[in-house]
Amino acid sequence: MIERLPDLVNADAALVRKGRFVDVTFLLQSGEDAWLVTIDHGRVTDVAKGPFVMPRWTFALRASADAWARFWAPAPEPGWHDLFALIRHKELRAEGDLHPFMANLFYFKGVLGSLRGSVG
Amino acid sequence: MTAQFEPILGRYLRLDLDGKPHRVYVEEAGQGVPLLCLHTAGADSRQYRAVLNDPEILKSFRVIAFDLPWHGKSSPPAGWHELEEYRLTSRAYVDTVVAVADALELDQPVAMGCSIGGRIVLHLALEHPDRFGAVIGLQAGAHVDPYYDTQWLHRPDVHGGEVCAAVVSGLVGPAAPDEHRWETLWHYMQSGPGVFKGDLYFYKVDGDIRGQLRQIDTARCPVHLLSGEYDYSCTPQDTLEAAERIKGATVSIMKGIGHFPMSEAPDVFLDHLRPVLAQILADRTKA
Repeated sequence: MIERLPDLVNADAALVRKGRFVDVTFLLQSGEDAWLVTIDHGRVTDVAKGPFVMPRWTFALRASADAWARFWAPAPEPGWHDLFALIRHKELRAEGDLHPFMANLFYFKGVLGSLRGSVG
Repeated sequence: MTAQFEPILGRYLRLDLDGKPHRVYVEEAGQGVPLLCLHTAGADSRQYRAVLNDPEILKSFRVIAFDLPWHGKSSPPAGWHELEEYRLTSRAYVDTVVAVADALELDQPVAMGCSIGGRIVLHLALEHPDRFGAVIGLQAGAHVDPYYDTQWLHRPDVHGGEVCAAVVSGLVGPAAPDEHRWETLWHYMQSGPGVFKGDLYFYKVDGDIRGQLRQIDTARCPVHLLSGEYDYSCTPQDTLEAAERIKGATVSIMKGIGHFPMSEAPDVFLDHLRPVLAQILADRTKA
Protein backbone atom coordinates (compact mmCIF):
# COMPACT_ATOMS: atom_id res chain seq x y z
CA MET A 1 0.00 0.00 0.00
CA ILE A 2 0.93 3.68 0.26
CA GLU A 3 3.26 2.90 3.17
CA ARG A 4 5.51 1.07 0.69
CA LEU A 5 6.39 4.37 -1.03
CA PRO A 6 9.72 4.90 0.82
CA ASP A 7 10.97 1.42 -0.09
CA LEU A 8 9.86 1.66 -3.70
CA VAL A 9 11.11 5.19 -4.36
CA ASN A 10 14.33 5.11 -2.36
CA ALA A 11 15.42 1.86 -4.01
CA ASP A 12 15.16 3.50 -7.44
CA ALA A 13 18.41 5.44 -7.80
CA ALA A 14 17.41 7.02 -11.12
CA LEU A 15 14.14 8.27 -9.66
CA VAL A 16 15.81 9.66 -6.54
CA ARG A 17 18.33 11.47 -8.74
CA LYS A 18 15.51 12.90 -10.84
CA GLY A 19 14.05 14.32 -7.63
CA ARG A 20 17.30 15.57 -6.14
CA PHE A 21 15.96 19.13 -5.89
CA VAL A 22 12.62 18.10 -4.36
CA ASP A 23 12.01 18.90 -0.69
CA VAL A 24 8.30 18.93 -0.02
CA THR A 25 5.38 17.45 1.89
CA PHE A 26 2.31 16.65 -0.19
CA LEU A 27 -1.07 15.20 0.65
CA LEU A 28 -2.17 12.05 -1.12
CA GLN A 29 -5.89 11.43 -0.74
CA SER A 30 -7.69 8.27 -1.74
CA GLY A 31 -11.40 8.47 -1.04
CA GLU A 32 -11.75 9.16 2.70
CA ASP A 33 -8.14 8.18 3.47
CA ALA A 34 -5.20 10.56 3.33
CA TRP A 35 -1.44 10.39 3.73
CA LEU A 36 1.18 13.09 4.15
CA VAL A 37 4.23 12.15 2.09
CA THR A 38 7.48 13.93 2.94
CA ILE A 39 10.34 14.06 0.46
CA ASP A 40 13.90 15.16 1.14
CA HIS A 41 16.24 15.51 -1.86
CA GLY A 42 14.16 12.99 -3.80
CA ARG A 43 14.01 10.40 -1.01
CA VAL A 44 10.69 9.65 0.69
CA THR A 45 11.48 10.16 4.36
CA ASP A 46 8.01 9.90 5.88
CA VAL A 47 4.54 8.61 5.04
CA ALA A 48 1.99 9.50 7.72
CA LYS A 49 -1.59 8.26 7.53
CA GLY A 50 -4.47 10.52 8.56
CA PRO A 51 -6.79 11.58 9.96
CA PHE A 52 -4.86 14.76 10.67
CA VAL A 53 -5.34 17.73 12.95
CA MET A 54 -4.21 20.87 11.11
CA PRO A 55 -2.25 19.09 8.34
CA ARG A 56 0.36 21.16 6.54
CA TRP A 57 1.24 20.41 2.95
CA THR A 58 2.39 22.23 -0.20
CA PHE A 59 0.13 20.50 -2.71
CA ALA A 60 -2.51 17.78 -2.67
CA LEU A 61 -3.43 15.02 -5.08
CA ARG A 62 -6.98 13.82 -4.48
CA ALA A 63 -8.85 11.01 -6.21
CA SER A 64 -11.37 8.32 -5.32
CA ALA A 65 -10.09 4.95 -4.11
CA ASP A 66 -11.47 3.42 -7.29
CA ALA A 67 -9.56 5.89 -9.50
CA TRP A 68 -6.25 5.16 -7.72
CA ALA A 69 -6.91 1.41 -7.93
CA ARG A 70 -7.39 1.70 -11.68
CA PHE A 71 -4.30 3.93 -11.99
CA TRP A 72 -2.22 1.46 -9.99
CA ALA A 73 -3.44 -1.61 -11.90
CA PRO A 74 -0.51 -3.57 -13.40
CA ALA A 75 -1.67 -2.68 -16.93
CA PRO A 76 -4.01 0.32 -16.58
CA GLU A 77 -6.76 0.78 -19.11
CA PRO A 78 -6.70 3.79 -21.46
CA GLY A 79 -7.63 6.95 -19.55
CA TRP A 80 -6.41 5.53 -16.23
CA HIS A 81 -2.71 5.15 -17.09
CA ASP A 82 -1.28 8.58 -16.26
CA LEU A 83 -1.80 11.36 -13.70
CA PHE A 84 -2.69 13.76 -16.50
CA ALA A 85 -5.17 11.25 -17.94
CA LEU A 86 -6.87 11.27 -14.52
CA ILE A 87 -6.80 15.08 -14.49
CA ARG A 88 -8.21 15.19 -18.03
CA HIS A 89 -11.13 12.97 -17.01
CA LYS A 90 -11.65 14.95 -13.78
CA GLU A 91 -10.76 11.89 -11.69
CA LEU A 92 -7.75 13.57 -10.03
CA ARG A 93 -7.69 16.97 -8.43
CA ALA A 94 -4.30 18.61 -8.06
CA GLU A 95 -4.45 21.61 -5.74
CA GLY A 96 -2.35 23.93 -3.60
CA ASP A 97 1.03 25.29 -4.62
CA LEU A 98 1.65 23.12 -7.65
CA HIS A 99 5.03 24.62 -8.48
CA PRO A 100 7.14 21.74 -7.10
CA PHE A 101 4.77 19.23 -8.68
CA MET A 102 4.92 20.79 -12.16
CA ALA A 103 8.63 21.68 -12.02
CA ASN A 104 9.39 18.04 -11.17
CA LEU A 105 6.55 16.37 -13.05
CA PHE A 106 8.60 13.44 -14.39
CA TYR A 107 9.68 12.73 -10.80
CA PHE A 108 6.17 12.84 -9.34
CA LYS A 109 4.79 10.70 -12.17
CA GLY A 110 7.54 8.24 -11.23
CA VAL A 111 6.77 8.42 -7.50
CA LEU A 112 3.04 7.79 -7.92
CA GLY A 113 3.69 5.28 -10.69
CA SER A 114 6.05 3.28 -8.43
CA LEU A 115 2.99 1.88 -6.65
CA ARG A 116 1.73 0.40 -9.92
CA GLY A 117 1.03 -3.29 -9.50
CA SER A 118 1.79 -3.17 -5.77
CA VAL A 119 -1.58 -1.93 -4.55
CA GLY A 120 -4.77 -3.87 -4.71
CA MET B 1 34.55 3.45 -44.58
CA THR B 2 31.23 3.96 -46.32
CA ALA B 3 28.89 6.56 -44.89
CA GLN B 4 25.49 5.11 -43.95
CA PHE B 5 23.02 7.75 -45.06
CA GLU B 6 19.24 7.49 -44.79
CA PRO B 7 17.27 8.33 -47.95
CA ILE B 8 16.04 11.58 -46.36
CA LEU B 9 17.28 14.89 -47.79
CA GLY B 10 16.79 18.10 -45.82
CA ARG B 11 16.86 21.62 -47.26
CA TYR B 12 15.83 25.13 -46.28
CA LEU B 13 13.00 26.65 -48.25
CA ARG B 14 12.96 30.45 -48.58
CA LEU B 15 9.37 31.52 -48.19
CA ASP B 16 7.40 34.64 -47.27
CA LEU B 17 4.75 33.88 -44.67
CA ASP B 18 2.42 36.59 -43.41
CA GLY B 19 4.60 39.12 -45.26
CA LYS B 20 7.81 38.09 -43.54
CA PRO B 21 10.73 36.12 -44.95
CA HIS B 22 11.20 32.66 -43.42
CA ARG B 23 13.61 29.78 -43.73
CA VAL B 24 11.45 26.67 -43.53
CA TYR B 25 13.24 23.38 -43.01
CA VAL B 26 11.89 20.66 -45.32
CA GLU B 27 12.83 16.99 -45.44
CA GLU B 28 11.83 14.60 -48.19
CA ALA B 29 12.36 11.14 -49.59
CA GLY B 30 10.80 8.94 -52.27
CA GLN B 31 8.99 9.54 -55.54
CA GLY B 32 5.37 9.61 -56.57
CA VAL B 33 2.25 11.00 -54.96
CA PRO B 34 3.20 13.88 -52.62
CA LEU B 35 2.53 13.01 -48.98
CA LEU B 36 2.89 16.17 -46.89
CA CYS B 37 3.42 15.36 -43.20
CA LEU B 38 2.59 17.74 -40.34
CA HIS B 39 4.07 17.30 -36.87
CA THR B 40 2.37 17.73 -33.49
CA ALA B 41 2.42 20.79 -31.22
CA GLY B 42 5.80 21.61 -29.71
CA ALA B 43 7.64 19.03 -31.84
CA ASP B 44 9.13 18.79 -35.33
CA SER B 45 9.36 16.72 -38.51
CA ARG B 46 11.63 14.08 -36.94
CA GLN B 47 8.37 12.50 -35.82
CA TYR B 48 7.96 11.18 -39.39
CA ARG B 49 11.40 9.53 -39.58
CA ALA B 50 9.90 6.05 -40.02
CA VAL B 51 7.57 7.08 -42.86
CA LEU B 52 10.48 8.91 -44.53
CA ASN B 53 12.60 5.77 -44.26
CA ASP B 54 10.07 3.14 -45.34
CA PRO B 55 11.19 1.58 -48.66
CA GLU B 56 7.70 0.42 -49.62
CA ILE B 57 6.09 3.82 -49.08
CA LEU B 58 8.95 5.62 -50.83
CA LYS B 59 8.29 3.60 -53.99
CA SER B 60 4.89 5.23 -54.46
CA PHE B 61 5.03 8.43 -52.44
CA ARG B 62 7.19 11.53 -52.32
CA VAL B 63 7.13 11.95 -48.55
CA ILE B 64 7.70 15.52 -47.38
CA ALA B 65 7.83 16.77 -43.80
CA PHE B 66 8.57 20.33 -42.79
CA ASP B 67 9.10 22.09 -39.50
CA LEU B 68 6.54 24.80 -38.84
CA PRO B 69 8.11 28.21 -38.16
CA TRP B 70 9.32 28.33 -34.53
CA HIS B 71 9.79 24.52 -34.57
CA GLY B 72 12.75 22.23 -35.18
CA LYS B 73 15.15 23.88 -37.64
CA SER B 74 12.64 26.50 -38.85
CA SER B 75 13.55 29.53 -36.77
CA PRO B 76 10.97 32.18 -35.97
CA PRO B 77 10.93 35.20 -38.30
CA ALA B 78 13.27 38.08 -37.49
CA GLY B 79 11.87 40.27 -34.75
CA TRP B 80 10.37 37.35 -32.85
CA HIS B 81 11.92 38.58 -29.62
CA GLU B 82 9.71 41.65 -29.70
CA LEU B 83 6.51 39.60 -29.66
CA GLU B 84 4.77 39.25 -26.34
CA GLU B 85 4.18 35.59 -27.07
CA TYR B 86 3.94 33.10 -29.91
CA ARG B 87 0.43 31.91 -30.81
CA LEU B 88 -0.53 29.62 -33.66
CA THR B 89 -3.83 30.51 -35.34
CA SER B 90 -5.97 28.50 -37.74
CA ARG B 91 -5.46 31.15 -40.42
CA ALA B 92 -1.66 31.19 -40.18
CA TYR B 93 -1.50 27.39 -40.00
CA VAL B 94 -3.68 26.78 -43.08
CA ASP B 95 -1.84 29.50 -45.01
CA THR B 96 1.56 28.04 -44.10
CA VAL B 97 0.67 24.52 -45.26
CA VAL B 98 -0.79 25.83 -48.53
CA ALA B 99 2.23 28.12 -49.06
CA VAL B 100 4.63 25.19 -48.66
CA ALA B 101 2.54 23.02 -51.01
CA ASP B 102 2.49 25.87 -53.55
CA ALA B 103 6.21 26.61 -53.26
CA LEU B 104 7.02 22.93 -53.85
CA GLU B 105 4.43 22.83 -56.68
CA LEU B 106 2.81 19.76 -55.17
CA ASP B 107 0.03 18.33 -57.34
CA GLN B 108 -2.94 17.21 -55.24
CA PRO B 109 -0.79 16.32 -52.23
CA VAL B 110 -2.06 14.05 -49.50
CA ALA B 111 -1.83 15.99 -46.23
CA MET B 112 -1.17 13.86 -43.16
CA GLY B 113 -1.02 15.54 -39.77
CA CYS B 114 -1.03 14.51 -36.14
CA SER B 115 -2.75 16.25 -33.21
CA ILE B 116 -2.68 19.95 -34.19
CA GLY B 117 -1.73 18.55 -37.60
CA GLY B 118 -4.68 16.16 -37.42
CA ARG B 119 -6.93 19.11 -36.72
CA ILE B 120 -5.51 21.33 -39.45
CA VAL B 121 -6.01 18.69 -42.13
CA LEU B 122 -9.73 18.92 -41.35
CA HIS B 123 -9.49 22.68 -41.95
CA LEU B 124 -7.63 21.96 -45.20
CA ALA B 125 -10.31 19.50 -46.36
CA LEU B 126 -12.95 22.10 -45.53
CA GLU B 127 -11.29 25.18 -47.04
CA HIS B 128 -9.15 23.71 -49.82
CA PRO B 129 -10.83 20.47 -50.94
CA ASP B 130 -9.53 20.81 -54.50
CA ARG B 131 -5.98 21.73 -53.54
CA PHE B 132 -5.40 18.49 -51.60
CA GLY B 133 -5.89 14.98 -52.97
CA ALA B 134 -6.86 13.52 -49.60
CA VAL B 135 -6.16 14.09 -45.92
CA ILE B 136 -5.10 11.70 -43.18
CA GLY B 137 -5.86 12.89 -39.65
CA LEU B 138 -3.86 11.21 -36.90
CA GLN B 139 -5.26 11.86 -33.43
CA ALA B 140 -7.73 14.18 -35.10
CA GLY B 141 -10.70 15.64 -33.29
CA ALA B 142 -12.81 18.74 -33.79
CA HIS B 143 -11.98 20.37 -30.44
CA VAL B 144 -10.25 19.79 -27.10
CA ASP B 145 -11.34 21.61 -23.96
CA PRO B 146 -8.44 22.91 -21.86
CA TYR B 147 -7.89 20.44 -19.01
CA TYR B 148 -4.80 21.87 -17.36
CA ASP B 149 -3.27 25.30 -16.86
CA THR B 150 -0.94 25.81 -19.83
CA GLN B 151 0.81 28.70 -18.02
CA TRP B 152 3.04 26.00 -16.51
CA LEU B 153 4.49 25.29 -19.96
CA HIS B 154 6.21 28.67 -20.23
CA ARG B 155 7.57 30.42 -17.16
CA PRO B 156 11.17 31.05 -16.21
CA ASP B 157 10.98 29.15 -12.91
CA VAL B 158 9.97 25.85 -14.53
CA HIS B 159 12.19 24.18 -17.13
CA GLY B 160 10.14 24.28 -20.32
CA GLY B 161 11.69 21.23 -21.94
CA GLU B 162 11.22 19.12 -18.82
CA VAL B 163 7.66 20.17 -18.14
CA CYS B 164 6.43 19.96 -21.76
CA ALA B 165 7.85 16.44 -22.11
CA ALA B 166 6.51 15.38 -18.72
CA VAL B 167 3.04 16.72 -19.50
CA VAL B 168 2.85 14.68 -22.70
CA SER B 169 4.73 11.59 -21.44
CA GLY B 170 1.50 9.78 -20.55
CA LEU B 171 0.18 10.41 -24.05
CA VAL B 172 2.63 7.82 -25.33
CA GLY B 173 0.89 4.44 -25.35
CA PRO B 174 2.11 1.26 -23.62
CA ALA B 175 2.88 -0.40 -26.97
CA ALA B 176 5.63 2.16 -27.66
CA PRO B 177 9.16 0.72 -27.57
CA ASP B 178 11.34 2.62 -25.08
CA GLU B 179 13.67 3.87 -27.81
CA HIS B 180 10.85 5.57 -29.68
CA ARG B 181 9.01 6.72 -26.54
CA TRP B 182 12.05 8.69 -25.41
CA GLU B 183 12.95 9.92 -28.88
CA THR B 184 9.43 11.36 -29.04
CA LEU B 185 9.81 13.02 -25.64
CA TRP B 186 13.25 14.38 -26.58
CA HIS B 187 11.64 16.41 -29.36
CA TYR B 188 9.42 18.03 -26.72
CA MET B 189 12.41 18.68 -24.50
CA GLN B 190 14.07 20.56 -27.39
CA SER B 191 11.14 22.82 -28.21
CA GLY B 192 11.71 26.57 -27.81
CA PRO B 193 10.26 28.50 -24.87
CA GLY B 194 6.51 28.97 -25.19
CA VAL B 195 6.19 27.17 -28.52
CA PHE B 196 4.19 24.19 -27.26
CA LYS B 197 1.96 26.56 -25.30
CA GLY B 198 1.49 28.76 -28.37
CA ASP B 199 0.52 25.75 -30.49
CA LEU B 200 -2.06 24.75 -27.88
CA TYR B 201 -3.77 28.09 -28.47
CA PHE B 202 -4.71 26.71 -31.88
CA TYR B 203 -5.50 23.27 -30.47
CA LYS B 204 -7.69 24.32 -27.55
CA VAL B 205 -9.06 27.73 -28.53
CA ASP B 206 -8.73 29.02 -32.09
CA GLY B 207 -8.93 25.78 -34.08
CA ASP B 208 -12.37 24.63 -32.95
CA ILE B 209 -14.02 23.13 -36.04
CA ARG B 210 -16.98 21.40 -34.38
CA GLY B 211 -19.57 23.48 -36.18
CA GLN B 212 -18.18 22.88 -39.67
CA LEU B 213 -17.35 19.18 -39.89
CA ARG B 214 -20.56 18.35 -41.75
CA GLN B 215 -19.56 20.75 -44.53
CA ILE B 216 -16.48 18.69 -45.43
CA ASP B 217 -17.06 17.05 -48.81
CA THR B 218 -15.17 13.76 -48.93
CA ALA B 219 -16.14 13.28 -52.57
CA ARG B 220 -13.81 16.20 -53.33
CA CYS B 221 -11.25 15.49 -50.61
CA PRO B 222 -11.33 12.03 -48.98
CA VAL B 223 -10.76 12.01 -45.20
CA HIS B 224 -9.09 9.15 -43.31
CA LEU B 225 -8.78 9.18 -39.53
CA LEU B 226 -6.44 7.02 -37.41
CA SER B 227 -6.26 7.39 -33.64
CA GLY B 228 -4.46 5.64 -30.79
CA GLU B 229 -6.58 4.22 -27.99
CA TYR B 230 -4.39 5.57 -25.14
CA ASP B 231 -4.65 9.20 -26.23
CA TYR B 232 -6.44 11.25 -23.58
CA SER B 233 -5.80 14.55 -25.36
CA CYS B 234 -7.66 13.65 -28.53
CA THR B 235 -9.52 10.58 -27.29
CA PRO B 236 -10.74 7.76 -29.56
CA GLN B 237 -14.22 9.03 -28.71
CA ASP B 238 -13.31 12.49 -30.07
CA THR B 239 -12.11 10.93 -33.32
CA LEU B 240 -15.15 8.65 -33.65
CA GLU B 241 -17.44 11.64 -33.13
CA ALA B 242 -15.58 13.60 -35.81
CA ALA B 243 -15.80 10.62 -38.19
CA GLU B 244 -19.53 10.39 -37.61
CA ARG B 245 -19.98 14.00 -38.66
CA ILE B 246 -17.76 13.80 -41.74
CA LYS B 247 -19.82 11.81 -44.21
CA GLY B 248 -17.63 9.31 -46.05
CA ALA B 249 -14.65 9.50 -43.68
CA THR B 250 -12.86 6.25 -42.82
CA VAL B 251 -11.79 5.72 -39.23
CA SER B 252 -9.62 3.25 -37.35
CA ILE B 253 -8.59 3.06 -33.68
CA MET B 254 -5.06 1.74 -33.08
CA LYS B 255 -4.61 -0.60 -30.08
CA GLY B 256 -1.90 0.15 -27.55
CA ILE B 257 -0.98 3.42 -29.24
CA GLY B 258 -1.13 6.94 -27.85
CA HIS B 259 -0.97 10.46 -29.24
CA PHE B 260 2.17 10.20 -31.40
CA PRO B 261 1.65 7.03 -33.50
CA MET B 262 4.21 7.72 -36.25
CA SER B 263 6.92 8.55 -33.72
CA GLU B 264 6.18 6.46 -30.62
CA ALA B 265 5.47 3.11 -32.32
CA PRO B 266 6.53 3.38 -35.97
CA ASP B 267 6.14 -0.30 -36.87
CA VAL B 268 2.62 -0.65 -35.48
CA PHE B 269 1.66 2.67 -37.04
CA LEU B 270 2.96 1.75 -40.49
CA ASP B 271 0.81 -1.41 -40.39
CA HIS B 272 -2.22 0.83 -39.89
CA LEU B 273 -1.09 3.41 -42.45
CA ARG B 274 -0.39 1.05 -45.36
CA PRO B 275 -4.02 0.13 -46.14
CA VAL B 276 -4.97 3.83 -46.01
CA LEU B 277 -2.20 4.74 -48.45
CA ALA B 278 -3.21 1.81 -50.69
CA GLN B 279 -6.77 3.07 -50.76
CA ILE B 280 -5.61 6.60 -51.57
CA LEU B 281 -3.53 5.26 -54.49
CA ALA B 282 -6.48 3.20 -55.73
CA ASP B 283 -8.82 6.23 -55.52
CA ARG B 284 -6.36 8.37 -57.49
CA THR B 285 -6.05 5.73 -60.20
CA LYS B 286 -9.85 5.68 -60.57
CA ALA B 287 -10.13 9.47 -60.72
